[in-house]
Formats: sequence, structure tokens, C-alpha cells
Amino acid sequence: MENLNHNMNTNNNEELKIAASFDIPYVQHLNHEAKIEQTLPDFAHDKEFLHNLYRNMLLTRLFDKKAISLQRTGKMGTYPSVLGQEAICVATGALLEKEDIFLPYYRDIGTMFMRGVKMEEVLAYWGGDERGSDFQNPDVKHDFPFCVPIAGQCLHAAGVAAAVKYKGEKKCVLVSLGDGATSKGDFYESINVAGAWQLPLVTVIHNNQWAISVPRKLQTSSYTLAQKGIAAGLESIQVDGNDIIALCAVLKYAIEQARQQRPILIEAISYRMGDHTTADDASRYRPASELDSAKIKDPISRLKNFMEQNSYWNEELETKLLNEITNKINQAVETYLNMEKPKPTTMFDYLYKELPEAYQDQYQELENL
Amino acid sequence: MPAITLVEAVTQALDYELTNDKNVIVFGEDVGANGGVFRATDGLQKKHGIHRVVDTPLAESMIAGLAVGMSTYGIKPVAEIQFMGFIYSAFDHIISHAARMRNRTRGRLSCPLVIRAPYGGGIHAPEHHSESTEALFAHIPGVRVVIPSSPTRAYGLLLAAIRNPDPVIFLEPKRIYRKVKQNVENNGEELPLDTCFVLKEGQDITLVTWGAMVHETLNVAKTLEEQGISAEVIDVATIKPLDIETIINSVEKTGRCVIVQEAARTCSVSSEIAAQLAEHALTSLFAPIKRVTGYDTIMPYFKMEDDYMPSEKRILDTVQQVMEYA
Repeated sequence: MENLNHNMNTNNNEELKIAASFDIPYVQHLNHEAKIEQTLPDFAHDKEFLHNLYRNMLLTRLFDKKAISLQRTGKMGTYPSVLGQEAICVATGALLEKEDIFLPYYRDIGTMFMRGVKMEEVLAYWGGDERGSDFQNPDVKHDFPFCVPIAGQCLHAAGVAAAVKYKGEKKCVLVSLGDGATSKGDFYESINVAGAWQLPLVTVIHNNQWAISVPRKLQTSSYTLAQKGIAAGLESIQVDGNDIIALCAVLKYAIEQARQQRPILIEAISYRMGDHTTADDASRYRPASELDSAKIKDPISRLKNFMEQNSYWNEELETKLLNEITNKINQAVETYLNMEKPKPTTMFDYLYKELPEAYQDQYQELENL
Repeated sequence: MPAITLVEAVTQALDYELTNDKNVIVFGEDVGANGGVFRATDGLQKKHGIHRVVDTPLAESMIAGLAVGMSTYGIKPVAEIQFMGFIYSAFDHIISHAARMRNRTRGRLSCPLVIRAPYGGGIHAPEHHSESTEALFAHIPGVRVVIPSSPTRAYGLLLAAIRNPDPVIFLEPKRIYRKVKQNVENNGEELPLDTCFVLKEGQDITLVTWGAMVHETLNVAKTLEEQGISAEVIDVATIKPLDIETIINSVEKTGRCVIVQEAARTCSVSSEIAAQLAEHALTSLFAPIKRVTGYDTIMPYFKMEDDYMPSEKRILDTVQQVMEYA
């Protein structure tokens, strides 16, 4: 890391006393060629565990592709692709326990699916239907819906974590956010209170290098995003966000820490391979060469490569999986497309627990239309 | 039963709910050992412990954001924003999350929370400590905005706010925190939300107000009585959702209406009341609806504060103008 006190050192011959110093560990088990960089954890040879990770990453990617095509054909609204970040989603989904609470940022569909949110619910949300956040699976009854205002979910997560701690539960609360969100006050305020109150909170930054058109280097001059956690007194780790083995190892540790009221910050380095949303055109601001070099680090082919090297995977399994996933996605799309439009008066039905008298005129007005 | 002030009634209501509902948590800046800068939480941390009455880091957006998260998970947050002038950084969480959570999840999650804030002018406070911006919150679908005007109503309405299943913004008129004392029985009985209180019945004119201005308005009603004019005085109390029916019923009886508020005039709660009266009670009116309000200016610093605030004279003059119509 560059010396942040460079000017002060050159102006002073005496050696400065150091008030504090810190390190940010970087964890990578498999490099982009799926070669081993660090000793592998045991689970890296648990074939079923790997299959589950691979299945969910592929599902996330194919769903994503389908969602974009639904938008392109006028069957869904604006949609933010998660292309390239599937490993972070899936590692998170694999390591959280059912009773934990998850607060996503708006790309984090892979985690949501693994926790029990239905694909048709995500489609409904981006298809302009509030019912998309009324998750029907009781396993996710406390999980939050997407948070569109950037970084707001960080504070909600701190609030849920404070409630969990107050109730004396041993659950973990996990919140995800993008790199742009780390510039916001809500992010800083959330990690600050997480440290001050020692909340059972894991904060996972999906650093995909771009916040719409603004690259990571224009977002902050902080050398890493992870080190922002140090200022709040949080253990902070950087991880290769395209190496699902490293992600699982780091998240396993982080979630254990959080359960013991030790909040922790993780910066997962990845890359947004798609546009910001279907309403965006990244070619306006991003060189094609950058995308090409990012594709080499793809998280899904990396795990597949590793599994093939170890004879945990073959083309027969791949074909079978692709069929299974494609059918599942198609079923969800069909369910979504067959959803009837909600009755207009439902816009009043969930405004308050009971609709106040003051709203009755407007309710009638709409009902009589 | 000793007589207590409005701010003591707030403390008493918080104490009652902390005692009787283990899921209630009071938090905010300086609410713990210090008991709040106005002493609204005086003694509560000592009695209920540091996990129930919690000092937060100094960040208003955080206070509201935490309340959103907690309230979805079975905790009843009663958060204090130290002055209304500092609530704006918390506005995002109130408008974008607390107010919307029930609707956007079709009832799966909801935010039963209370955000308390002292508001209004008249105490010669520094800049940013005197505004009345209740209309900003009244505009937001999904929240309630409640403003007590006496110790009795502070106690009963705050209990109701804490027990309400939806987010409530509870604005405390700090000018009258210690103005009057009332005997308030600590019996846990709440007052109804979403309803106006008719404080004085009358036949000739309806005076509509809320918060601290209730006191000037009642004084004016007394003066009017001496002049042979019988004024009905309505304390709106819950400005969102608005109980317009009580106001309409009164205006149908009196045919005249003056609305009194500290807040600036344009797009204010008085605008809404006047508009609804125009929609529903026009044929009952003998005179135009008039408003006595703060000016559409920045709230002046305290040297000119009294020039800004609606005085009894301004209210009286306006009532007399309205009474001149045949």
C-alpha cells in the first residue's frame, strides 16, 4: 500500500510515532485459472457442496439472462443484471442458516433464491408488482425486500441486528451492498453503530468496480473498500469475489464471528459484466477491453474448471443440470406471466394496518372508476 | 397525583410503556444518563437499564434506519430526534422505508415505530431549533403525524402512538413543554388517534389549531366571549390522517373558520384544511376561510421570532375580519 503519511514523513527527520496501523487480508484460494493459491479448505473437496454452489450460480446466471430477455421483449420492467457476481450471491446463500436474516441489495437474487424467495416473485417485483416482495416462503419471512435507495439497507440491517441482540438470539444478520454504496453516509453510519454496539452483523460489499458509469477509482481514494471498516472498529477482509471457495471460507468465518457479536466487513472483488440495468448502455463509458479481461476471471467457469480438474463434474452432469434449471426458470416465467393484475384498490389495502377514515373517500373514488 | 407538565407527561408515558411492554426500546442522542436535552427521558435509563433506554451515536439517519430495522423484527422503537431541525437527514428512512414497508411487502413486514421530536418556535433557541415543518410529514402516505397540546393529550396520544401498528411521527411543541401543569393519571389509558378534540364549543366561529398555538387560540376565544362572540376551538391533534369530519361539522354549525398555525403558510396543514372545507362545506360558509400562520419566510432567529409567530392580536384581528361578513 502507498504511504498515506508521505508528506509528513518527508518533512520530518525524526521517526513518527504510529498511533495505529492495520492490515487488510486478501483471501484467494483459486486463481482465475482455477489453480490453487492457498491451501484449500476441506469443503473444497465436498462434491455435493460444490455441486450445490455450481447449480445455484448457473441458475442465477440463466435466470438473469431470461430476465433481461423478458425486459427486452416488453414483458418486464427495468432490471439490474447480476452477471459476473453470482459467486458472492451463492456463497452467501450457502453459508447463511435459515434462521439468519438477510437484507439484499438489488442485484442479490442468487442469495434470495437460495434462501427461499421464488423466482416468480423477483420477476413480479421488476415487473411492477408489489406482490413480488410478499415472499410466500415462511423461511424468509424476516428477510428484507430489495432496497433501491442505495445503502439504506445497511442501517435496516443494523436495526434488525440490534433487535436480534436485544432478544438474546444467536442469529446473524447479513447485508449486501455495492461499491458505490460505500460512499454513502448510511453505510458509514451502519458500520459505525455495528462496532459501537457490537452487533451480530456481516456487511458484504459486492465491489463490481462500477456504480452505473462511475468507476471504483472515482468513487473513493480509499486504497481498499474493506479498510473503511477498520475506522469503525470492525475486522475487515478483502476476498476474491469470483473465487467461490475463498468466498465460502471467508463468509463461514464472518458469520461465526457475527454470531458472537463481532461485526465484520467483507469486500468481495468482482466485476459487473453487464450494464447497470437494462436501461443502461455501458459501452458509453466502459472500454470493451476491460470487459474482456474481466471475463477471464469468470466465477462460474472457474468453479467448473476446478471441478473438472478433480473429476467432480462432467458434460453429462452439465447437460442434465442445464435441462433441470431451464425447466425451472421457464416454469417461474410462466407463473409470472400468468399473474393477474392486482385489483387497483389494493394500493390502499396495505397503507396502514387498518385504512383510516380519512382515506375512505379516495378508496371509493378508485373503486367506482 | 401531582400535576405534571407536558414534557413530564411524555416521560410518564414512556415509563409506562417501558414497564408494560418489554419490546419497547427508547433510543436517541443523549437520552440515557442525561435524560434528553429537554429531560423527556429523565430517569428512564436508570430505571429500565442501558439496553432499554439507549444512547446512540450521533447520526439521525442512523436513528431512523435502526428504527426501521428493529420494528420489522418485533421491537417497538421509540426514537428521539433531538430537535426537528435535525430530522431531515432521517427523512429518507421515514419516507422511503418506514412509511412504505407494509405496502411494498403487501403486509409481510411493517414498521410500528415512533419518532419523537421537539418542534416549533418561541424558546429563543439557536438557528435550526425553531421550525414547524409538520406538513412535510403530513404529505407522506403511510405515516401518522401526531401533535399534543397539553400534558393529558401528550400522555394519552403518546401511549396510542407507541401501541399503533404503523409509523407515527410524534411532534412535541417544546414552547409548551413546561407551560401548564395538569393532573394526569398514570393509568396507561390511551387517547384516540386520527381524531380532533373539540376543546370549547361555540356557535359563531370555528377556530382550528394544534400544538402550542392551542393556548393563544383558547385565550382569543375567551376574549371573544367577552365581546359576545362564541368561538368553537378545535385541537386537530392528529394532523395525518386528518379528521376533517369534526372540522366540517363545526363549520356547518358556525359558518366561519379561522385556522391558526405556527408553520409557514404555503402547502401547509392549514392549506389542506381550507381546501377540504372548500370541497365539503362551501355552502355553509358566511365568510372566507382565513389563516393566521407563520410567514412564508425562513424562520427568523430569535430577535424577530415574536414577529413571526402568530400572536393573540393577529388571531383576534383575523377573527374580527371574518366576523364582519354578514
